[in-house]
Amino acid sequence: MDMKTGLKKKDWVLIMIIICVAWLTVLVHIFIGGKGANRVIVKIEGAIQDTYNLSKEGEYEINGGTNVLLIRNGKASMLEADCPDQLCVHQKPISLNRESIICLPNKVVVEIESGTSREFDAVTR
Amino acid sequence: MRGRVAYFGVFTALALIFSYVETLIPFHFGIPGMKLGLANIIIVLVLYRLGVKEAYLLSVVRVLLSGFLFGNYFSIIYSLAGGILSLSAMALLKRNGGFSVMGVSIAGGVFHNIGQLAVAMLVVETFSVIYYVPVLLVAGMFTGLLIGIAANEMLKRLVNLND
Repeated sequence: MDMKTGLKKKDWVLIMIIICVAWLTVLVHIFIGGKGANRVIVKIEGAIQDTYNLSKEGEYEINGGTNVLLIRNGKASMLEADCPDQLCVHQKPISLNRESIICLPNKVVVEIESGTSREFDAVTR
Repeated sequence: MRGRVAYFGVFTALALIFSYVETLIPFHFGIPGMKLGLANIIIVLVLYRLGVKEAYLLSVVRVLLSGFLFGNYFSIIYSLAGGILSLSAMALLKRNGGFSVMGVSIAGGVFHNIGQLAVAMLVVETFSVIYYVPVLLVAGMFTGLLIGIAANEMLKRLVNLND
């Protein structure tokens, strides 16, 4: 036992396991994700509502005006949302394949996707 | 027994205050759902000093009360899923033995985030949230460690609380 931190052996094992799992998921992310993302997909309750081009700048009202999507400099972000917590608005702009911004109260998902990954999508879902 | 009820009341009030304090801190790390979980200090305290049953009861009471007071219908569901899963993991590790308060709290922090993520996946019906997993795991680990250190210090000073 390490007297300085008070952490026991099993604690360290737990920490190691968590870090390993985190790294594994990062590797999976890098493996599946990556560049070539060019489409912004807006889903409401899991159903694809709209698709936008990531290279085309603009502001779009989505889900009947509850959220406003901003596309600028090849990145997508949520400009406005009518929910109280504003978590999606505070989220960083997304640009990599399979990154997403989610507005839970309105059940809105904004997802980045590359045009070539459709096949893979069909398999994984 | 009367003492336990009184302590339970005090802990409920404390957990609520911590929940409130947390809503005052504008934490935005660019990751949804990431927060310190101050009220978890109290949950850990109750788990160690009063027992598993009391900790579950406090978890549910705390989430419902703070949800109605400071949150909304959604925050209640997420917090409940996170809270129950987190407490289950903590109770299991504590019973298992060999873990310090910090280790137990780390598991609690990590599973709290996993529980919330699972509900998020169900609600928005997408698997893309799974890419938050590494961030949420590491974040849960660090917040859990901080909460664990704080709870450990408090436990050392609350030795007479067993009856």
